[in-house]
Amino acid sequence: MSLLSDLINLNLSESGTKKIIAEYIWIGGSGMDIRSKARTISGPVSDPSKLPKWNYDGSSTGQAPGEDSEVILYPQAIFKDPFRRGENILVICDAYTPAGEPIPTNKRHNAAKIFSHPDVASEEPWYGIEQEYTLLQKDINWPVGWPIGGYPGPQGPYYCGIGADKAYGRDIVDAHYKACIYAGINISGINGEVMPGQWEFQVGPSVGISAGDEVWAARYILERITEIAGVVVSFDPKPIQGDWNGAGAHTNYSTKSMRNDGGYEVIKKAIEKLKLKHKDHIAAYGEGNERRLTGKHETADIHTFSWGVANRGASVRVGRDTEKNGKGYFEDRRPASNMDPYVVTSMIAETTILWKP
Amino acid sequence: MTIISDLINLNLSDVTDKVIAEYVWIGGSGLDLRSKARTLPGPVNDPSKLPKWNYDGSSTGQAPGQDSEVILCPQAIFRDPFRRGDNILVMCDAYTPAGEPIPTNKRHGAAQIFNNPEVAAEEPWYGIEQEYTLMQKEVNWPVGWPVGGYPGPQGPYYCGVGADKAFARDVVDSHYKACLYAGINISGVNGEVMPAQWEFQVGPAVGITAGDQLWIARYILERITEVAGVRLSLDPKPVTGDWNGAGAHTNYSTKSMRNDGGYEVIKTAIEKLGKRHSEHIAAYGEGNERRLTGKHETANIKTFLWGVANRGASVRVGRDTEKEGKGYFEDRRPASNMDPYVVTSMIAETTILWKP
Repeated sequence: MSLLSDLINLNLSESGTKKIIAEYIWIGGSGMDIRSKARTISGPVSDPSKLPKWNYDGSSTGQAPGEDSEVILYPQAIFKDPFRRGENILVICDAYTPAGEPIPTNKRHNAAKIFSHPDVASEEPWYGIEQEYTLLQKDINWPVGWPIGGYPGPQGPYYCGIGADKAYGRDIVDAHYKACIYAGINISGINGEVMPGQWEFQVGPSVGISAGDEVWAARYILERITEIAGVVVSFDPKPIQGDWNGAGAHTNYSTKSMRNDGGYEVIKKAIEKLKLKHKDHIAAYGEGNERRLTGKHETADIHTFSWGVANRGASVRVGRDTEKNGKGYFEDRRPASNMDPYVVTSMIAETTILWKP
Repeated sequence: MTIISDLINLNLSDVTDKVIAEYVWIGGSGLDLRSKARTLPGPVNDPSKLPKWNYDGSSTGQAPGQDSEVILCPQAIFRDPFRRGDNILVMCDAYTPAGEPIPTNKRHGAAQIFNNPEVAAEEPWYGIEQEYTLMQKEVNWPVGWPVGGYPGPQGPYYCGVGADKAFARDVVDSHYKACLYAGINISGVNGEVMPAQWEFQVGPAVGITAGDQLWIARYILERITEVAGVRLSLDPKPVTGDWNGAGAHTNYSTKSMRNDGGYEVIKTAIEKLGKRHSEHIAAYGEGNERRLTGKHETANIKTFLWGVANRGASVRVGRDTEKEGKGYFEDRRPASNMDPYVVTSMIAETTILWKP
């Protein structure tokens, strides 16, 4: 099919046109399904405010009724398109009614408000999100590399493992890594996870609202790559029952005060506040998380809030470096892999910076 | 097959000025595209400078065996995305040796309408949303669908991403770039509501060029599916049951509609379309009655109704147009297998020339 690749890889600027293709991306009605469609723009654009608003058929995504189906897309962040390359772009958007109100599934709007609050903005909240995910075989709901009708050997050899009997789907992971760097996403690393067929990538450090934009763009690129590879990506927090790890989205967090001298005290106060609001956070940290946060498999039980230095069985973990330096960051290990990063990042900022107990 | 690709991708301008021109025309069914190629001594970018040609009309159902020559008149040139370099695709229409358009030549009548001074003065713009379905080659079943069964119900596929939701995106993406390369004013693509169904949009294009561009875009698409080993279907209802059909919604505006006060002109135009509903429907594509049921985001074929942002109407006006008091409207009735020369010129004729 080299003719097809020749066409997909056409460098349009060779034909003398300045036109570029912009792929507008948004979150659909389930809050987790990513949708996109493309349009031609007359020339390169690097500022989202210079891109036109667009609209889509909300009645086809469970976001509007048929007789009044237009939902408006507002461009919010631009990334380079690793699939079309050249000057072509991916555009992360959020969705509004024609009257200009954010639709109910638009979680970015409220997050942006929190991050624009002067008390929050002056603290420059940084996020590093560890996105775990599982690769599943396409026509059956079973992880890639697992024997059909059976199980691989127990967990142990797979974490950061290599070899055809330990690492399943690395080409997807490596393609995703480079594609995200190309796109301009601040992807900081990848690793094979404890359960075979499960992987992790990290995005960060990102400031404020851009953490959410970057994680959603990275998820989109990942699903486009699995589409090409013919496998299915699952963000389910507990894809396999039994003695198999779940998938989380540990969220590392710090504010300016935490990063400066004396920061460790600020961190401890912030963690106390998170403890007081444990139930509210858990409710917003992803559907199905109760199947994952059991107290086993490197999680803390969903009903209990605990924290500790270097403790992977706690709700919140503080690294040994942070304890030693007296400043740094901490890790909220509670969010599930299917969390909405706009919700989680803004909620952590709101509780630790704005909320008074 | 590297040797074959090396040869296909040979850059002839290294050794010669000669170019290859692929003459494209519409065959006897009104929907089958045909083409053949010839060598020209040098690059050409003006269709009137290209030689007329002819083909065997008895092999396409367009002429009898004893008098089989049908004449091809070059009408529009596009860059050839398959051969690249200075090679070209040439959209043609077909005439008898005596110079009469043959019955399946719908471009000729359309060009006459667009040349009418009243129509030309209104600079009619078209944006056509071409939907289509990709079918497996050996089996009359959509790509990605399990043979002997069905995928999960509609919901996740519209603009969807992922191997379980988007089937054959490589066809769509290569088509997008190929059309831009060719010089077609392709304005976007998206995955459609039924899995394996896709859409691309051509426009805004003025007058007769809308038809030329859409036919060449269809030609490029079918050439790409040929490479990919899948079949292109323009059937308006490829799968019966709770599955969307395929249309060719035609967006339209005239100068008066685009200027201040345009919304009143739009409403008057829509009224006229309502009065000629049966005539338009008869020309909007074979088999459309299987698609225009009133369900699956269509209006019933027997009823004409219009509304703002209403995807269940025959004609939809966008919220922006209503708000700004000017703009364009969308005729949602044409089927995916419509002839754009017929539809675009008929809309212009009814709304600009026809007096009720």
